[in-house]
Amino acid sequence: MSNAVAHAEVHGHAEHHTALQHHFETMQQQKEASTLGMWVFLLTEVLFFGGLFMAYLLYRTWYFEAFAEASRTIAIAPGAINTAVLIGSSLTMALGVRAAQTNQRTATVRWLIATIFLGLVFLGVKVYEYADKFEHHHVPGANFISESPWAAQEQIFFSLYFTMTGLHALHMIVGVAIMSVITWMAAKGRFDEHYYTPVEMAGLYWHFVDLVWIYLFPLLYLVERHN
Amino acid sequence: MLDTLKLPERHYLNNGHGLKSWLLTKDHKRIAIMYLISISAMFLLGGLFAAAVRVELMTPEGDLFLADNYNKMFTMHGVVMVFFFLIPSTPAVLGNFLIPPMIGAKDLAFPRINLLSLYIFWVGAAFFFYALFAGGVDTGWTFYTPFSSFASNTNVVPTALGAFISGFSSILTGLNFIVTIHRMRAPGLTWFRLPLFVWAHYATSLIQVLGTPVVAITIIMVFVERAFGFGIFDPTRGGDPVLFQHLFWFYSHPAVYIMILPAMGVISEVVSTFSRKTIFGYSFVAFSSLAIAVFGFIVWAHHMFVAGISTYSAMVFSFLSFSVAIPSAVKTFNWAATLYKGAISFETPMLYAYGFFGLFLIGGLTGLFLATLGVDVHVHDTYFVVAHFHYIMVGGAIMGYLGGLHFWWPKLVGRMYSEFLSRISAILVFVGFNLTFFPQFILGYMGMPRRYHAYPDEFQVLNIMSSAGAGVLGIGYLLPVIYFLWSLKYGEVAGPNPWGASGLEWQIPSPPPTENFKEQPVVHGEPYEYTPHVAREANLV
Amino acid sequence: MGSFGIPLFPEQASTFARDIDALYLFILAVSAFFALAVSVAVVVFGIVYRRRHAGEVGARIEGNLPLELLWSIIPTMISMVMFGWGASSYFHMRTPPAEALQIYAVGKQWMWKFQHLEGQREINELHVPVNRPVKVTITSEDVLHSLFFPSFRTKMDAIPGRYTQLWFEATKVGEYHIFCTEYCGTNHSGMIGKVVVMEPSEYQAWLAGGGVEGTLVERGGRLFQDLACNTCHLDTGKGRGPSLNDIVGKTVELADGTTTVVDEGYLRESIINSQAKIVRGYQPLMPAFQGLVSEDNLVALVEYVKSLSPTATTAAPAAATPPAAPAAASTNPPGAGEKN
Repeated sequence: MSNAVAHAEVHGHAEHHTALQHHFETMQQQKEASTLGMWVFLLTEVLFFGGLFMAYLLYRTWYFEAFAEASRTIAIAPGAINTAVLIGSSLTMALGVRAAQTNQRTATVRWLIATIFLGLVFLGVKVYEYADKFEHHHVPGANFISESPWAAQEQIFFSLYFTMTGLHALHMIVGVAIMSVITWMAAKGRFDEHYYTPVEMAGLYWHFVDLVWIYLFPLLYLVERHN
Repeated sequence: MLDTLKLPERHYLNNGHGLKSWLLTKDHKRIAIMYLISISAMFLLGGLFAAAVRVELMTPEGDLFLADNYNKMFTMHGVVMVFFFLIPSTPAVLGNFLIPPMIGAKDLAFPRINLLSLYIFWVGAAFFFYALFAGGVDTGWTFYTPFSSFASNTNVVPTALGAFISGFSSILTGLNFIVTIHRMRAPGLTWFRLPLFVWAHYATSLIQVLGTPVVAITIIMVFVERAFGFGIFDPTRGGDPVLFQHLFWFYSHPAVYIMILPAMGVISEVVSTFSRKTIFGYSFVAFSSLAIAVFGFIVWAHHMFVAGISTYSAMVFSFLSFSVAIPSAVKTFNWAATLYKGAISFETPMLYAYGFFGLFLIGGLTGLFLATLGVDVHVHDTYFVVAHFHYIMVGGAIMGYLGGLHFWWPKLVGRMYSEFLSRISAILVFVGFNLTFFPQFILGYMGMPRRYHAYPDEFQVLNIMSSAGAGVLGIGYLLPVIYFLWSLKYGEVAGPNPWGASGLEWQIPSPPPTENFKEQPVVHGEPYEYTPHVAREANLV
Repeated sequence: MGSFGIPLFPEQASTFARDIDALYLFILAVSAFFALAVSVAVVVFGIVYRRRHAGEVGARIEGNLPLELLWSIIPTMISMVMFGWGASSYFHMRTPPAEALQIYAVGKQWMWKFQHLEGQREINELHVPVNRPVKVTITSEDVLHSLFFPSFRTKMDAIPGRYTQLWFEATKVGEYHIFCTEYCGTNHSGMIGKVVVMEPSEYQAWLAGGGVEGTLVERGGRLFQDLACNTCHLDTGKGRGPSLNDIVGKTVELADGTTTVVDEGYLRESIINSQAKIVRGYQPLMPAFQGLVSEDNLVALVEYVKSLSPTATTAAPAAATPPAAPAAASTNPPGAGEKN
């Protein structure tokens, strides 16, 4: 039995779930507010990444050769692995939400831990990739070395590469932190079939960060690879 | 009648004492008061920088400050006033305090996020103070590249990060308002029964949520340029410094509507209350707010007519810029029509509303000069632009903010301020403002550029007039600090509805209890209904 | 002109000034009308409808659709007039006449450097003839600047990495302000100067002073050899680079399939960032001269290449026969004798 029901019995009114904040009238209102809030937040994130995508769009149009050549120097395998890892983590996330929705505490915790694990794998691969770039002098600025005739514009490509994937990685780190909190809450029995909103909201955020990567991967790793 | 009014025994101000009860509060009203104190302090700081600028400009030579220090003065004036005063002002103080009671709710949708937005504001301000004490910043508040990314040797990174962080405060406020207005209206309170103040804040919140992230990422791009030597805007690596301008103005133009829309919301409430008459053309005013928010996003390059954009795109942006002027004009006409056959009185809030009319008219109309391509080429980056935006942001936004503060002060603290002193202050602000900024239109057309430390002799007379006006304006702004503070202890007890206003916020005690309403109200009637009965009970007139 | 000794308008010293001032006055008149109308209305209403006793309330008037439409449509129509007039003036201001005299301006912290085709170089001063269109091609060596001539009512930003341009036709002899109107750091307000508009004969005399290094074209020709451009850009077009004869104003096809018009901007970019827009059929072999050629010298090289297209519409130098100037050739050298 979840703590929520016990609390309601103590409180005296059956519909007053322990998780109902007192400025809301009903759980339904609270859930709708949370959901709308998360979607609005994700909209701000679209605009946030959007500025970088606009810069990318402009410079790729102007300097396609440079972008293609720079992109071809990036190893596809780690990126592809990361894409699979993230898609997998969205699957485990969705299964975690489903488990919470059906009041299966252990399954919820397990799926959330799996999600965190996959997120950490992603970040680990990213560390490897960044270190590799340092070694090959692909970090723009003082470290950068290139023989290519398009060396200058390749720096712009890599500036965008690092800023975009760096920002994405930052969002992953925050996501892992959020997931850890949610997992702890699930382990403590805070959720039941009437209240699993935080799991669902964390899931929305996680799926969004995954989606950003799905755009980043082809734009950064797969420019003109067909020859 | 006056003698029988007493402050309620328990209200949000005395419900819990001690620093912790304030710093960890979830009460939107306490958060609003903390914002009020914070932004007032920032306004004072921004005002000191402005004073430095105006004193230097009394003489044609740059003889008060070194050029670099003067450049820091106007930069920091802009940064503080835009990011740490104007953007929060009406929404963070009046919006936070009033939106829940106006819609019959106990709090905003996300009280803890509201508190978080305040903390974030403080952190952003801390970054700015670090930059200030480390020697200041001199890029102009607009941070144009490549000067900000490569050439300035001042504290660009901490200032930019301070602005970046404060942007999240703005985003969270907007997010909170959107969800609150959608999901927490009392039963019977349909969208078209909402006070226009709420509509104005809804439109503002849309801009905050959609625009601010873009300037945030733009600042990040300048940050990585400067900190790591990345090359996004560096022309020697093929980067485009004008790209920065597009990304920057994509937010910063809508940002000016973040600053004016809430003030317009205040004006709707004040004009209606002090004419005892419903707003003329309610739905037109409501939809105009939305139209301003939407059109505000598609005109940004009117800041760039001489920045090397193509002739054809300039024509498109000029055309669109006229479109955003029309809804503002519609609102102004509707407010004026509200006065027709009203029952008008001139307490201080109404004086500020009248001041708003005069100043916003001039500010808005001078926008037409700037939207017009041929004229803009001449006056761009001159004092004409400086005058235009001060008329809107100070003459419009600040008049609205102050008018709102004077209107809802009795609700915030339960007491009235000195009507005599406040009227003097309103008049001083109006007169001082015009004396400060009207000469700048002339200076601008004469060709005096912005951000000039020293200038040719023939511009001196107008500059002296402007600086004299700034002195008067400063006094006008300082007076409220005195009589508002005085009122906290000695002001007359106000009662729930000293003005005879309509609106749910006037039906709860002053100051309100923490939970605003004991029971959720149910709304039956239309907004802005005035009856002689309630009018007579208003204990002031 | 001004009132009470306070100047209100700068001198009207160019063909644009009358039109822009007239447009300004039109907008001023419309603005003053609406500002006054609304202000008077709110003041009059405030008096006529002032509250006379405590319980008085206003009439219940919710709106009036015809009125809303009227005061939406009329301002819209008036705005369209402003837009149309402004756009047409702007288009005119952005379209330099073909016969305009060419001047180059390079902004740098904190001065303006002007170069005349005849080779004269000026700092913070610009001599131009009256009643002759002048086109100024502008760039920056460092940060953004903006070249502003208030008496001509025109300005244009100076952007590092690009050419921009403005043009004017001065109508009144005299000296007028030059200002920098894009904040550029410490001495932004010191980056000022004067434009000296002269009678044509005086201008000729002034030009006769000449540039020590010869005309821009001559200087460019020397640079062309010094930098070994002539070793790849053969007349025959069979060298490692395309021939540069008669290319200005033409549309060329690039390696990626797109096309571009050969103008000053393309020429400059091809020197600085040679790989960006290579002509189809040639290899990416040209070294990039970013950082190796100053903006001042780039201008000379660009003018030299322009001189290789004598039939293209570029401005001929003002001096038909500048006497006594060392190395000043009489007219556009076709360039044939200066290569290989």
